[in-house]
Amino acid sequence: MKLNKASLFALIAVLELAGDTAKQLSTTDIAQKHGISAHHLAKIMRNLTHAGLVQAVRGAGGGYRFSGNVRRTTLLDVIQLFETLESELDIPHWGSDGDPIIVELQSITSEIDNLTKAVLDTITLATALKNTRIRAELMTNSA
Amino acid sequence: MKEQISIRDAMASDLDAVITLDQWAPMEEKPTYWSEVFDHYVRRNKTDRFFLVAESGNIVVGFIIGEVRAWEFGSPPCGWVFALAVSPESRQLGIGQKMFEEISKRLKQTGVTTVRTMVDRDDKLTLSFFRSLGLCTGKYLELEKQID
Repeated sequence: MKLNKASLFALIAVLELAGDTAKQLSTTDIAQKHGISAHHLAKIMRNLTHAGLVQAVRGAGGGYRFSGNVRRTTLLDVIQLFETLESELDIPHWGSDGDPIIVELQSITSEIDNLTKAVLDTITLATALKNTRIRAELMTNSA
Repeated sequence: MKEQISIRDAMASDLDAVITLDQWAPMEEKPTYWSEVFDHYVRRNKTDRFFLVAESGNIVVGFIIGEVRAWEFGSPPCGWVFALAVSPESRQLGIGQKMFEEISKRLKQTGVTTVRTMVDRDDKLTLSFFRSLGLCTGKYLELEKQID
């Protein structure tokens, strides 16, 4: 599975902001911290704002802060703002019901899609943040 | 003030409370099913089977059942949690987490280092709950088919 850049950057930004809901960060702050394109991230932040996951704070020291629900929002909720996660078979007669090979391949990709969604739709931001903190502690302790 | 939650071993007298909490088994099959579960996990008093209940003010508000299973499908001994319920009125209080932590502690005391469970992939609430406790997809995949 390969997430598109928009989904990946959105997850990074949302997790960064949701880690401290009082924190306000600019697009540049987030981009620099995680080594991603600030230009690309700016567009993504507008989508996240529109979806109600982040809120733009105006004025000096402004930026974005998290405005969603960390215990209710899942990784899939964020990803689906940018892509559908449906596998596509790049074949000329897509949707042909008469070809058993294509139907079998559709069945396999559908099984994979369902498993992927079952994982991403049950990891809330709160859970991902908790695991992130545990990883950070382990990395600090082993350094 | 919130009642203190305590976790204890289930007793035979908890049968009715557990039947009430169970939301899965069909109503007509519950008495037989739970009577057999109590026989197996409460009355026989084995050291590798655990049936715990959560109590709030002398009222049973949740239960969890697990056991050590060894060499199923080639797996070394590991803990299995195969039933967990919390009354709808007592959710969001950390009772499920408390019960899971207690049963994990008991399982660990038997020598196992892994705990497993199985959840309907459409049951987002329960899956999210176990995820929040650190469980993730394990090395075994459940496979099934309709038998013609």
